[in-house]
Amino acid sequence: MPHSALLATAAAPFRHEGGVCHVGGDWSVLALAEPGEVDRRRAALARAAQAGARWDMHGIDRLDTIGALIIWQAWGEKLPERVRWGAGQQDVFNALAMNKGEALTAAPRPESWAWVRAMGGGILRAAENGKALLIMLGQLVLDVGAMLRRPRLGPWREISAQVYRTGAQALGITALVGFLIGVVLSYLSAQQLQMFGADRFIVRLLGVSIVRELGPVLAAILVAGRSGSAITAQIGVMRVTQELDAMLVMGISHGQRLILPRVVALAVTMPLLVLWTSAMALLGGMLAAQAQLGVSAQWFLQSLPDAITLTNYWIGMLKGVTFGILIALIACHFGLRIQPNTESLGRGTTTSVVTSITGVILLDAVYAVIFSTVGI
Amino acid sequence: MNNATQNRLFTEEGVTVEPVITVRGLRTAFGDHVVHDNLDLTVFPGEILVLVGGSGTGKTVLLRQIIGLDVPAAGTVKVLGHTLSELTPGERRRLSYRWGMLFQAGALFSALSVFDNVALPLRELRTVPEDLVRDVVMCRLAMVGLSSRDADKRPSDLSGGMVKRVALARALSLDPELLFLDEPTAGLDPLRSDEFVDLVRSLHRQLGFTVVMVTHDLDTLLALATRVAVLAEKRVIICDTVPEVLKFDHPFIHTFFLGERGLRALGDLAPKGMQHGKP
Repeated sequence: MPHSALLATAAAPFRHEGGVCHVGGDWSVLALAEPGEVDRRRAALARAAQAGARWDMHGIDRLDTIGALIIWQAWGEKLPERVRWGAGQQDVFNALAMNKGEALTAAPRPESWAWVRAMGGGILRAAENGKALLIMLGQLVLDVGAMLRRPRLGPWREISAQVYRTGAQALGITALVGFLIGVVLSYLSAQQLQMFGADRFIVRLLGVSIVRELGPVLAAILVAGRSGSAITAQIGVMRVTQELDAMLVMGISHGQRLILPRVVALAVTMPLLVLWTSAMALLGGMLAAQAQLGVSAQWFLQSLPDAITLTNYWIGMLKGVTFGILIALIACHFGLRIQPNTESLGRGTTTSVVTSITGVILLDAVYAVIFSTVGI
Repeated sequence: MNNATQNRLFTEEGVTVEPVITVRGLRTAFGDHVVHDNLDLTVFPGEILVLVGGSGTGKTVLLRQIIGLDVPAAGTVKVLGHTLSELTPGERRRLSYRWGMLFQAGALFSALSVFDNVALPLRELRTVPEDLVRDVVMCRLAMVGLSSRDADKRPSDLSGGMVKRVALARALSLDPELLFLDEPTAGLDPLRSDEFVDLVRSLHRQLGFTVVMVTHDLDTLLALATRVAVLAEKRVIICDTVPEVLKFDHPFIHTFFLGERGLRALGDLAPKGMQHGKP
């Protein structure tokens, strides 16, 4: 026989005999999922099709539309003139012929100046976000005014729940981080101060830096990561489940029921958390100073009131309140902008946390400039 | 006796076939609340089995247990010759290539385009060349009546009916032997719902898969069902063709099939003078 040859030696689903190509074996997607199997079979089919063979499909035990598609493509997307079918096989090819997929439209070529557009878009988006935040702040002032005029109608239960969630439940983590930062700061400063024999200044150093700067910023970063992300995700999921729309339909404004309670709650809890974090950091610093420099705890506590002036204390509190309002506003803003899909939810939450931490540090810098110009 | 009625349809014709799904002695309980107790169900190849039952009778839970998403408290589930509880992770994965599920809300991956959603099961095999993936996906989209214009859309841009179509295309991606449909026509208007029923019927004729379906919709049920399994009293009280189910005397069957809505949908199938004689 001139054409007697085994076309594919490994899987051997083909036998080419006397001008007839016998196709056999398993042509389901599971068999085709073996590595390289698709290419091997395609090559063998292409050789057989080129030889102008007649086809015998009787040997196929399992055939699905994916296997059939490979054979169909080797045939040039039409039935060959001479082919012998097994039972039910023609139906599979008919299903293919009936559902000929359209060609996929080519993706548009990316513009060569796309980065300019992207950069401009970024700037415009940032400006738009800033504008929306400003509008939200204005609405918030109006809502607070309305609540103060008729306090009985205020969302007190919601505020109390948020105070518990963003304040009481954050005590543990802020205490731990504050304490450890206090220890680290005290150890680092002690090494330097010892060189100059200025051990006693450790109290002033720790007191001012922690109460005025580190405490508020540390608490704000922790709260932004913890409560800010929670607020964004919660409001975002409400968008996905259409709860936000349902509120509007009932005539409940988002500003009054969602934004106001969260902003008020954070404005209340943030200064308290700042106080708590600063106290814990000072405690850590005190213990570390005792271990490293031999400064007694009693003396540390006695000289603390002189080191931290009342001005510094109030500056810390002011920062706490404004950071809290900022974090809540940014979190609500990005929560309300989330589109009803999973990707947007993830991106919105990330953006919210990054923006609020950046915003807190920016605001802190602004405070530093203002306070140094007025000389406090 | 229950088993005998379930098998009768096929044994009478003298054909012995291996069931696709065998559920034996299944028990489901949430705390003290028992949903299924000693439930048996058999599904034969090539049929469209419809699960019906009042709300809270655990139709969707049963479907999830058959596909292995939930684990029953007791009993065995055998699908395509494999007992689910005895599978190794590798066998489990290979089995999952052989079935597809259409979830009630579609469960399309919102981060992926329509094309990528349908391509995902194929690409996850890691061995199928990209040009074949493209051809198979376009073929699946054509099967469910979507054009290449829809391929780049995001799931969030699709209407309810389109979501179901894409979800069906994704479920059919690997050419499954077994297709699960959970409330396939819920949330569709009557026209879309009829179109979807026609689609499932024509695909079933072309591809010959087995379908297990949960539905509340009598029109869908009557249009598609080969057999109907009725869930009541914590088990399958009858699993048979529609005329046989209509003869069965049970309060749920009375309210479901022979209520005003039921009679209207049944039309000529309705028993004469509401007696449960031969239709």
